[in-house]
Amino acid sequence: MSKVIQWIDRRFPLSSFIKHDLVEYPTPRNLSYWWNFGFLAGFVLVLQILTGIFLAMHYKPDASLAFDSVDHIMREVNYGWLIRYMHAVGASAFFAVIYIHMARTLYYGSYRAPRELMWWTGQALLLALMATAFMGYLLPWGQMSFWGAQVITSLFGATPFIGDEIVIWLRGDFAVGDATLTRFFALHYLFPFIIASIVIIHLIALHHVKSSNPSGINLTAKNNIPFHPYFTVKDLFGLGVFLIIYCYFVFFSPEFFIEAENNQPANPLQTPPHIVPEWYFLPFYAILRSVPDLLGGVIAMALSVMIFAAMPFLDRSKIPGGAKYRPIYRGMFYIFVVDVVVLTYVGAQPPTNFWTLIGQVATLIYFALFTLLPFLSKFEERWLRKQGLPAEVEELIRCEEQCGCTDPK
Amino acid sequence: MTTSESGNKTETLEEPDRRQFLEKATCAVAGAGVAAAAWPFISSMNPASDVLSKSIVEVDISQIQVDEVKTVEWQSKPVFIFRRSPTQISAMQESMGSRIDPQPDDERVLKPEWLVVIGLCTHLGCVPTKKPEGWFCPCHGSRYDNSGRVIRGPAPKNLYLLPYQFVSADKLLLGKSA
Repeated sequence: MSKVIQWIDRRFPLSSFIKHDLVEYPTPRNLSYWWNFGFLAGFVLVLQILTGIFLAMHYKPDASLAFDSVDHIMREVNYGWLIRYMHAVGASAFFAVIYIHMARTLYYGSYRAPRELMWWTGQALLLALMATAFMGYLLPWGQMSFWGAQVITSLFGATPFIGDEIVIWLRGDFAVGDATLTRFFALHYLFPFIIASIVIIHLIALHHVKSSNPSGINLTAKNNIPFHPYFTVKDLFGLGVFLIIYCYFVFFSPEFFIEAENNQPANPLQTPPHIVPEWYFLPFYAILRSVPDLLGGVIAMALSVMIFAAMPFLDRSKIPGGAKYRPIYRGMFYIFVVDVVVLTYVGAQPPTNFWTLIGQVATLIYFALFTLLPFLSKFEERWLRKQGLPAEVEELIRCEEQCGCTDPK
Repeated sequence: MTTSESGNKTETLEEPDRRQFLEKATCAVAGAGVAAAAWPFISSMNPASDVLSKSIVEVDISQIQVDEVKTVEWQSKPVFIFRRSPTQISAMQESMGSRIDPQPDDERVLKPEWLVVIGLCTHLGCVPTKKPEGWFCPCHGSRYDNSGRVIRGPAPKNLYLLPYQFVSADKLLLGKSA
């Protein structure tokens, strides 16, 4: 065995990779369980690819066969019900994990220098994940699948001048149809592998800049400990907790995330009385609906997802550390979380005057927080420094200003 | 990790044996868990229950003439139902087939008049053609007699039998023995 490894090592850096990036990889000793979610996201990605490949062995991407082939998976294929429910619940789990991962990054300021590229590759991953989930949702070819795809592809009709042509091009038909289903299937199969490759870039960046940590300060070498066994064990424990929750939904409440309406085959001639997207799209859907103009709504919705990328520019504070050491930013973070929860709730309500108003207020707050951040973060910095920061913190800020160095010595 | 490194580390550990045991036990439990989780995926590639339900087929044999073969589909495979003449029956009962796979005729039939075999050559699965002396496989030239026994290679076995029963004088149930 060791001879084989020697043979490989002379030709490929196997042992040094394992040693450098998996075993001895220096990791901040103070990571809390909020740092588990990146690993969990990777785990769910693998789970989705695996269950997806096995579903694709039985699924038929044809408008006349798709709905029945899902039924076939549920009733006839050995453990087909399990694999499908794992995949469906896995989609929700993916977003839950990613949203917590993002919230952690926002709270602890992990998007700040030198981790901007981690945040931006993460933003690309979020977009790819959303696209994958959206296209996957069409595949069961139920009523919600069909009308969800119909509505979302219609959004591209807001493009000036060539909107109609773009919508027809996207669908390959004048409405969502067989051509749309087949291409969504092809892309739904492709995208996870694009995601996997962006994940590799995300991880290469991570292993270059190393993990952030709850203190928000870039740690010196003596504060790091090897990844294995300390964080392999911590990640595995977190995985156990995750799997308990995941398995609860898979085995005891698998239909919790599946709209009952979607158990009816797609009918292009009748829209269900109340259509809602999956829960993970609700905040953005609420923002779309709260703008009365079509183009304006589409822009607001696109902006609400993309604006995260601007965080490294919007946050102008030089105060090291996360929200824990920044009272104004912390307040904004919690308002943002509550606001997103409100938007999620509003997104699921029928568009009555009352809910539209609440949605508009929440949308305003959503964008106001991002718009005010450059001013408030600068104000907060001046205010905190005027109050007097510990000498060590001032030293950190000075070091950062002078050389942009990450390791103050 | 090289042995010298782990050697140094174990020296500083309390109860290194206990630690090693726990490590191995954890790996064993995890391995068993992964294997158990893999089973549904492997199983899902096996025939689904609608495919399995095709494995019991009822066949009406009242219209088959003497010396006629009726080919029916069972488990997605052709099944030859051959009504043999008295001369064919006695010829087959006297012979043991060839030395490739000798077998008495009465082990291959429920009623001497009816030969029921899977119509795929035991060499590589082509469908043999009926000839007066038996079957001939067009792919690689294997020959079978009127009991479905191989009389010339390359086929290594006699035509395979399948479970079946007579539900009445002119009804066969394929896929289930009595």
